[in-house]
Amino acid sequence: MLLSTKSILSAKELSKQDIQHILDTADSFKEISTRAIKKVPTLRGKTIINLFFEPSTRTRTSFEIAGKRLSADVINISGSTSSTVKGENLIDTAQNLEAMNPDIMVVRHQCSGAPALLSQFIDCPIINAGDGAHEHPSQALLDLMTIRSQKGYLEGLNVAIVGDINHSRVARSNIKAMQTMGMKVRIVGPPTLIPADFERLGVEVSHNLAEAVKDVDVVMVLRIQLERQNQGLLSSLREYSNYFCLTSESLAKARDDVLIIHPGPVNRGIEIALDVMESPRSLILNQVTNGVAIRMALFYLLLGENNANPN
Amino acid sequence: MQTLIKNGRVIDPANQIDGAFDILINNGKIEAVAPKGKISGSKINDAQIIDAKGCVVAPGFCDMHVHFREPGHEYKETIETGSASAAAGGFSTVAVMPNTSPVNDNRSVTELIISQAEKTGLVNIYPIGAITKGLKGETLSDMGELKESGCIGYSDDGKPVMNSELMRRALEYSRMFDLPCIQHSEILDLTRGGCMNEGIVSIELGLKGMPVEAEDIMVFRDICLLPKTGGRLHVAHISSGGAVDLVRQAKAKGLPVTCEVAPHHFTLTEEACRNYDTNAKMSPPLRTQADIESIKEGLRDGTIDIIATDHAPHDLADKQVEFDNACFGIVGLETALPLTLKLVDEKVITLQRAVDLLTQQPCRIFNLDKGTLGVGKDADIVIFNPDTKYTIEPENFKSRSKNSPYKGWKVRGKVLHTIVAGKSVYSDPNE
Repeated sequence: MLLSTKSILSAKELSKQDIQHILDTADSFKEISTRAIKKVPTLRGKTIINLFFEPSTRTRTSFEIAGKRLSADVINISGSTSSTVKGENLIDTAQNLEAMNPDIMVVRHQCSGAPALLSQFIDCPIINAGDGAHEHPSQALLDLMTIRSQKGYLEGLNVAIVGDINHSRVARSNIKAMQTMGMKVRIVGPPTLIPADFERLGVEVSHNLAEAVKDVDVVMVLRIQLERQNQGLLSSLREYSNYFCLTSESLAKARDDVLIIHPGPVNRGIEIALDVMESPRSLILNQVTNGVAIRMALFYLLLGENNANPN
Repeated sequence: MQTLIKNGRVIDPANQIDGAFDILINNGKIEAVAPKGKISGSKINDAQIIDAKGCVVAPGFCDMHVHFREPGHEYKETIETGSASAAAGGFSTVAVMPNTSPVNDNRSVTELIISQAEKTGLVNIYPIGAITKGLKGETLSDMGELKESGCIGYSDDGKPVMNSELMRRALEYSRMFDLPCIQHSEILDLTRGGCMNEGIVSIELGLKGMPVEAEDIMVFRDICLLPKTGGRLHVAHISSGGAVDLVRQAKAKGLPVTCEVAPHHFTLTEEACRNYDTNAKMSPPLRTQADIESIKEGLRDGTIDIIATDHAPHDLADKQVEFDNACFGIVGLETALPLTLKLVDEKVITLQRAVDLLTQQPCRIFNLDKGTLGVGKDADIVIFNPDTKYTIEPENFKSRSKNSPYKGWKVRGKVLHTIVAGKSVYSDPNE
């Protein structure tokens, strides 16, 4: 079965069927990473370019390992080494790379919409690995995979996303993907980080963490960017922590089986307390492990199951 | 050299004419306007005849807000290509904004623009001078020198005058020269880094929004400065329903404020930015349907004085980039007529009022002896067929730039001839 999209530009454009298919495929790929020889020949002879205009360790490494475990050749290009520092236009850079016949381009860019722009000018499939404050679809998929692997299902689950919603591509992708899967989303944070119009996305808005996590199945904590304080969006990180750090106290009224996830990197003690992070309810490292499987699944499905080499 | 335009429907709001009239042009001036078939005699025997059957004959349109990019950004537009674009859109008169490089804040730049316009010889070009030197918002430009060398108004367009004290002084000082101060109304503290209207679409796209309040607050501040200063305020490209209300209230108090609206602000909403279409990136940004309704009400009740395009040509290199990095603006001159006629189709305004908004009213605000078909006046005339249907194709624009979100729109109303001082400066190629 093929995905309904040629590229993965946003979670918004993925259908329920697409998401289920990606999660199922990722589940089946997960085992490869536990083998002694962590490599299958599925994408041998395929070339994947990681084009990262923004610093990233986790996501870039995850895509790179995913490609390599499927035997693809993976090339990493970072913003500082690319020609854009010489003034080359983004489209020119991508078209030049495409002229070398890659099979997939994974793009991270600080501007919202940059992968969508590129998709109009290059033919090879693109995976959006995070664009500005817009979307980070593979993150949402690995989050769903992590939740599903614990709960066994997604439909009807309640999720609270806590933190800097307005600047978060992870929040946007998760809101869309979770809604597609029939989940209910509540967003939690100070009003300066949740503009009023967010409610129109069909989410519930709360500014009280302890109340907001009371009846949810999952709490997703977002990284708080330290620079928000200088932008006048936070009075101080200290006060932010007082109200929105996920601690044992703020989880006091939560369900015992509540799951805690975080897309990383974590500011320990600022948005999440150390004991919560290390409690059995926390799935933060499972997310990272699942991220590789999700990205393997995306490569495999985008290149077409028929197009790939047999195992 | 005489020209006789006959069989047309003449709409000349300045002279309260709307009907079947013929117009005789002699030596670049309007010689006679008379009921159909009444201009006769030996003197018209060798006149060139333009048959305007089925067409509207009106004063050439006047756009008081265009950017022709010369000097400094000739790769986007020049006075020559901008003039050709104006002529193709039915405009015989335009006012060019001072955000060129160098900025038009002194006599030498004003004179350069006027001399280039004369060399081009297509449409009447009037420069707008800067309110502040270098558009820096720090010190007033020499407004007297600018007027003496040919400027017809003052503006830091593209940049608002943020400093309230400075704006107060600009309104006071400009009074001496009886020219309006044109404000690009935007509180920059509220819009910094923004690239589209703040709302549900900016949230979904993850783009930084420019809240509508940024416009409302600036319009309100400037209106507050009027009673004491006695200056004349012209609000450029109004885009917010709240700002329309503020202008309406100020006018009711008799304050000397006028405003303009650009066609994109009554035909498109923020929805046009979806898919990160940089051709829909404007400043002020495309707003919401509710704002459009308020703007239409403002056009209906006279709160909005004129239609101006904010013609802002940009090269592909400035538009075919990330939305955040794209320039603001749209090629406006060649789509203004059909977009304005949509207001007539929707019965927001009458055809006479549409012509009025594009002719007499702008000339009233800017003290120009234009926008009329009065006998003895310059023969600046547009002939358009309001019923001709066609598809907008930016690649055929005369403008050097093609940035338009209207590509593929099926519209009605086509310019067939534009005449400036008796001389044809544009004829539809199919005519």
